[in-house]
Amino acid sequence: MEWEVVIGLEIHAQLATKSKIFSGASTAYGADANTQACAVDLGLPGVLPVFNEDALRMAVKFGLAIDAEIGLKSVFDRKNYFYPDSPKGYQTTQLHHPIVGMGHIEIELDNGETKRINVTRAHLEEDAGKSVHEGFDGMSGIDLNRAGTPLIEIVSEPEMRTAKEAAAYFKKMHSIVTYLGICDGDLSQGSMRCDCNVSLRPKGQEEFGTRTEIKNVNSFRNVERAINAEIERQMDILEDGGKILQETRLYDADKNETRAMRSKEVENDYRYFPCPDLLPVIIDQDYVDAVAATLPELPNAKRTRFESEHGLSATDAGVLAANRELADFFETAAKAASDYKLAANWVQGDVSAALNRLEISIGELSITAEQLGRILQLIKDSTLNNGGAKEVFNALIDGKGDDVDGLVDSLGLKQVSDTGTIEEIVAKVLADNPKLVEGYLATPVEKRGKAMGPFIGLTRKAAAGVNPQVVMEVLKKKLEELG
Amino acid sequence: MHNKTIAEISRDLASGEYSSTELTTDLLNRVKQLDGDINSFITVTDEQALAQAKAADERRAAGNADAWTGVPIAHKDIFCTNGVLTTCGSKMLSNFEAPYDATVVSKFNDAGAVSLGKLNMDEFAMGSSNESSFFGPVANPWDKERVPGGSSGGSAAAVAARLVPGATATDTGGSIRQPAALCGVTGLKPTYGRISRWGMIAYASSLDQAGTITRTAEDAALMMNVMAGFDPKDSTSVDREVPDYTSSLDNSIEGMTIGLPKEYFRDDLSADMQQQVRNAIAEYEKMGAKVKEISLPNTHLAIPAYYVIAPSECSANLSRMDGVRFGYRCEDPKDVEDLYCRSRGEGFGNEVKRRIMIGSYALSAGFYDAYYKKAQQVRRLIRNDFTNAFNDVDVIMGPVTPTPAFKRGEKTSDPVEMYLEDIFTIALNLAGLPGMSVPCGQVNNLPVGLQLIGNFFDEGRLLNAAHKFQQATDWHLKTPADI
Repeated sequence: MEWEVVIGLEIHAQLATKSKIFSGASTAYGADANTQACAVDLGLPGVLPVFNEDALRMAVKFGLAIDAEIGLKSVFDRKNYFYPDSPKGYQTTQLHHPIVGMGHIEIELDNGETKRINVTRAHLEEDAGKSVHEGFDGMSGIDLNRAGTPLIEIVSEPEMRTAKEAAAYFKKMHSIVTYLGICDGDLSQGSMRCDCNVSLRPKGQEEFGTRTEIKNVNSFRNVERAINAEIERQMDILEDGGKILQETRLYDADKNETRAMRSKEVENDYRYFPCPDLLPVIIDQDYVDAVAATLPELPNAKRTRFESEHGLSATDAGVLAANRELADFFETAAKAASDYKLAANWVQGDVSAALNRLEISIGELSITAEQLGRILQLIKDSTLNNGGAKEVFNALIDGKGDDVDGLVDSLGLKQVSDTGTIEEIVAKVLADNPKLVEGYLATPVEKRGKAMGPFIGLTRKAAAGVNPQVVMEVLKKKLEELG
Repeated sequence: MHNKTIAEISRDLASGEYSSTELTTDLLNRVKQLDGDINSFITVTDEQALAQAKAADERRAAGNADAWTGVPIAHKDIFCTNGVLTTCGSKMLSNFEAPYDATVVSKFNDAGAVSLGKLNMDEFAMGSSNESSFFGPVANPWDKERVPGGSSGGSAAAVAARLVPGATATDTGGSIRQPAALCGVTGLKPTYGRISRWGMIAYASSLDQAGTITRTAEDAALMMNVMAGFDPKDSTSVDREVPDYTSSLDNSIEGMTIGLPKEYFRDDLSADMQQQVRNAIAEYEKMGAKVKEISLPNTHLAIPAYYVIAPSECSANLSRMDGVRFGYRCEDPKDVEDLYCRSRGEGFGNEVKRRIMIGSYALSAGFYDAYYKKAQQVRRLIRNDFTNAFNDVDVIMGPVTPTPAFKRGEKTSDPVEMYLEDIFTIALNLAGLPGMSVPCGQVNNLPVGLQLIGNFFDEGRLLNAAHKFQQATDWHLKTPADI
C-alpha cells in the first residue's frame, strides 16, 4: 500500500530575556547548580509570580513575524503534574488563550518551490528545572537554574509530509527566532527543542492515522533522522496489519531508532485551570503596532531583496539570507566593495569554509566585513590578484594583522599593473628566449593562444606580482609586432 | 497595660507612660501564664520581640518615633517571617523557615511594631474551629471547652485574651470574621487586592485576603494604615490610593442606608441570634441610619461554589509541598513516588487532604465544566447580587455566624455541618468585597458578631460605621471572665 506521512511539530524556544518569566532571577546558561533560582523559582510557600514584560514583547514579535493573530487577551493556566524538577507541582502555561494565534511560514523545498506551513498557535510558558541522575549515589540531584526560563511553544498544523520538510520547517523557525533576536538558537544548550508528531495514513485517505510523539529532539539532523526512523517503524507495523499505539517516544540517535517512554511518564490528567495568581494579560493594538515597528527584515523578505536589488541567484540569496549575521556580514562587505556577486562568492566560499574549519560563528571570526570589503575592493582595482587576496584573507583569519593594506605591502602582494614596467620585463623575456620566440612564430596563428603559455610563466617568474591580465595584453602585442 | 488598645498604647508610649520594653515584657509574661490553656501561639519570639522593643525605645529616645514605634502585635502563622518558623498550622511545614518576610510582616517591621510571635490557625487556613491545627486546638477564652472559630482562631483568641492588642489574620471564606465573632473581638477582611499576598501562604489565591483582628474599629484602621497598598510583587494587588483610615472614623452616619438581606434572617438563624443583630441595627437607626430590606437571591449558592473553587485552587497551591525542597519529608523513601505519597500522606491532616481531593476531582478531565466553570459562573451571579444591592444601600448588615461558639468536637465528624458555619461570610470572598465583624451582643454569655459588608474599597465607611457603633455600645469592651 502507498502511505502518506503526516507530521506536525511542537517547537520550544527559550526566549532571550535577561530574567525569568515570573521572577527576577537571571536566565544565563551554565551557572553552578541552583545559583540562579530565587524563592519564586524554588516554589517556596508564599511566593507569587510577576509576569516579565520582555517575554510578552518577544512573543508578540514572533507572532508578527509569522503573520499571526495576536491574542490581545491571553491567560495563564496551571498544568498540574508532579515531577521533582517542576518545583510548584504545576507548570504555568497558556491553554485556551495563547498570546499568538494562527499564523504561517514558508519553507523551501528541494525542487526550489516553497511550501506554506500553517502555525496553529504559540504560547508562553515556563521551563522546568533539570534532574541530574549521576553522581548522587542512588539519589537524584535537582538543578532549578532553568526553572522559570521563558519558553514559547510553537505548534504547527500537521502539514508536513516528509522528514525533510519537517527539518526545513525547524530550520526556518530557528532562522526566524534568531533573526528576531528573541532566542539565541543554541540547540546544544537546549535553547530550541522539538517534539515531532508523526502518523501514517493510506494515500488518499482524509482521516489521520494514529500518531506518536517523539519528545525533545534537539538538532536539525536528528529531526530528520528521528522522523524517518519513526516512519519506518510505523510502516513496518502497518504493513504487517498491526496498529499504532498513541504514545510518547524518545529518539536514540546512537541506534537511530525511537523507543516508547514508560507509560507512567506520560499518562496524566493535567487538571488545567486559570492561574489565580496572574491576571489575564491585556494588550491593545497600539502595543502591537509599537512592537511591529521594531521588527527587523525577515529571512524571506531579505532573500527576495537580495535577488531583486543585488541580482543574486535564488540559491545564493537563500543561503545568505538564512542567517542574520551572515547576511549582515555579506551586505556590509558587498557594499564596501560595490560588488554583490563577488561578495556573495567569497562569503559562501572562503568565509563559510573558514567558519566550518574553525567551527565558529561569524561573530567570532577574526576578519570583519569591512576588512573583507577592502580585500574585494583591492581585487576589483587590480591591486590584488585572486591568490594574493586569499593570502591576505588567511593572514587576517590567522590573526597575523588587522590592516588589509599593510598586509598587502608587508606580504609583497601588490600586483604590478603598470604597462611600461611590464613591457620592459616582457621585452627582456623575449630577448632572453629567442628559441621560444622562433617556435611561437612557427606556430599557426589559430594555435598561438596556447603557445603563449610559456611566456606568461616566464614573465611571472621574472617578476612576482605582475598582473596576469596586463601581461597577456603586453605579450600579445609584442609577439604580434614580431610577426 | 494589657487591656489597652493599639490607639491607647500608641499614645501612652508617646507620653512615656511606659516603655515598649515594659509593655512587651508584660505581654510576654501573660502569654507564658495564660496561653498554656488557650494555645493561641505556635511560636513565641521572646528574644526578637524584646530586641525590637529595645530598638523602638531607643528610637523614641532619639526623637524618631512614629505612631507604631514599639506597639506589639502578632502574626497569624500563615505569614512568612524571615528566620522564624512559619508552619501554617501544619506538620508539613513544622520545620519551615522562610528566607523572606511577607510584605505584611515587613510593613509592620518597617513601621517599628514589635512582633510577639506566630499565631495558631487551622491547617493551611482550612477550617472554622481551629481544630485542624497540627499544633493542637485553640480554646475560646470565653469558654475553654468551646472553639474560637477559624481559621484565624489563634489571632482572635489572643486578642480576646488580651495577650496582644492586635493581630494579623487572613480570610478566605470567613476566617477573620467568624473567629472575631466567636471571640467577641473586631475583625476586618478588606477588599480583595487591597493588601499584598506576597509571603502569605496561599490556600485559595483568588479568595485569600489579609486583614486584622483587634479590639476596636479604630485599631483596625490603624493596622490598615500600615498594611494596605499596592505591591509590585503581587500581581493581584490593586494599585489604588490608600486613604488614612482613621480620618473617616468619626464621620456622621446620619442618613446612611443599611441593607438587610432577607436571605440572612431565615430559620437557620436562631431567634436569640436574630435578636442580637436586630438590636444592633436598632442602635444604628437611633444614630440616624435608614434601614432597607434587600435581597441577595443567590446566597444559597455561595457555599457550593466556594467548595469547588477553593479546593480546586488549593489542590494546585499545595502541590509544592512535596517533600523535595523544604518541609516535612518521610523517612527512607523508596523512590520519588513513595517520597511524594508518604511525605504528603503523613504531612497533611485530614481536612487538607479532603479539600485537595475535592479540588483534584473538580478539575479533572470531563468534570471541569460541570464544577469549576459552573462555580465561576455562580461567582459572577453572587457578585452581581451585591453590585445591584449597592445601588440602593451604603452598607449591608447581618449576622456573622448562625450560632455562638460551639463545643470542641461538636462538628468535627460532619464536614458539611462545619462548612455551614461560613454560610453568611463566604459570599463576600467570592465577590471580593470587604467585610467586618463587630461584637454586638451575647447569647448564653457568649459573644455574637454583627457583620458589616461594604462596597469595593469602601473599608473607610465600614470602619466609620463600626467605630460609631463602638462609641455608642460597650460590647467590644467586654472581657472573658477568666481573663
